[in-house]
Amino acid sequence: MRGLKNVLTSFCLTGLVACAQPGAIDEINDPYEEQNRKMHELNKAVDQAVLKPVAQAYSDVVPDPMEDAVSNFANNLGMPSNVMNHLAQGEVGFAIESTGIFLVNSTVGLGGLVDVAGWNSQYAHATDFGETLAKWGLGEGAYVELPLLGPSTGRATLGKVLDRVTNPLSGLTAEQESIATAAKIGEVLSDRVEYGDVIDQTLYQSADSYSQARLFYLQSRRNQLGYQFEDEDALFEELYGSE
Amino acid sequence: MGANNFDRRDFLITGCAVAAFAATPIAAATSSDAEKLITRLTKDINKSIEARSSDAALFVQFEKIFRKYADVSTISRYALGADARSATKKQLSEFGDVFVTYIARKYGSYFKDFIGGEITVLGSRVVKKYFEVKTFTKLRGQEPMEVLFHVSDRSGSLLLFNLYVEGVSMLLSERNEIGSMLDKHRGDLDKLIADMRILNAG
Repeated sequence: MRGLKNVLTSFCLTGLVACAQPGAIDEINDPYEEQNRKMHELNKAVDQAVLKPVAQAYSDVVPDPMEDAVSNFANNLGMPSNVMNHLAQGEVGFAIESTGIFLVNSTVGLGGLVDVAGWNSQYAHATDFGETLAKWGLGEGAYVELPLLGPSTGRATLGKVLDRVTNPLSGLTAEQESIATAAKIGEVLSDRVEYGDVIDQTLYQSADSYSQARLFYLQSRRNQLGYQFEDEDALFEELYGSE
Repeated sequence: MGANNFDRRDFLITGCAVAAFAATPIAAATSSDAEKLITRLTKDINKSIEARSSDAALFVQFEKIFRKYADVSTISRYALGADARSATKKQLSEFGDVFVTYIARKYGSYFKDFIGGEITVLGSRVVKKYFEVKTFTKLRGQEPMEVLFHVSDRSGSLLLFNLYVEGVSMLLSERNEIGSMLDKHRGDLDKLIADMRILNAG
């Protein structure tokens, strides 16, 4: 892990990857916009033809408690990776908290089917390898719209790849692997229905769904990574003048 | 002469009183006032969500809430961006009107669905020239969702001018969206207003 960090840091020093955070809250680095827009249209078509109707059917057929159990199970399987990333970021407190939640939900919570920790309002602080890379100083990179997965950045995409290859649960058998994948798909379907109005609003009711989704993603992602922006003052002055 | 003097003194006293009144910021707002405002706002939102009425009724409620608590003319001007400068007064007021309905429908469905649960005010702080009120909402099986409300009394009364849902700024999102709509109408504000009226009615 430390080796990887050193490699990335030296990349930063040679200037091969962007290593600074964006300077403005609405800064958009989108050199691949043309290709991204094509991918966005494709993703929208897939959503409309497959994801949305399948998600609706899944949610209609599967009873709510079972839907929750599937999502909880998928979530719980992500915890070892969550702990590893917190440790890689030096966030020992979050790592301990997530470990506790994983242990409770894996045992008392019947292998992760029941979110026992959630009953006590205990939630794991969400993170991923993209955030680890950000904490290590790697810049956000260009905005990209990935096939099926949707909005991302260069850094977040690299993070997804690294999350896969470093997943502590990679020693699963083929059968376990397919159960894990099925649970993950179930979670995606549930989320598509749960956030249905917001997703529909953004994808199908915006004048330019591509730029709306891009702005939405970049702002929430930067917020998750704890970026602070100075240009809030400029915004206020534009609204109300300087005095 | 005497009467004149009296008149002048009277005038001066009134003048001073007016000046003194104008000089005192009309009860300078504090962050606790901002917190109270947002507490009332969230109570109104919670109440209308709990009522579980139809979407149409909910959006009417949200529009009323938005008009009551938000600086709608400032927000709608910001959403228009540079195009606000070339707009006529009539266009601005018509746009402001359709914009409020549009926002109420859009954020009404966010609050209903995305945010869903009860909103709780956590606290407030002064951020240079305005106040920030922090709230959270419990969601099923997830970390609570954070919504920040930005409040200012610059308009003459204490009103909401922006909100951030998990870091997503309403002002930025709406300037982007209204900008895209204007592009679609080649910058024709009247056409945009007409289009938004149809959108709002649907």
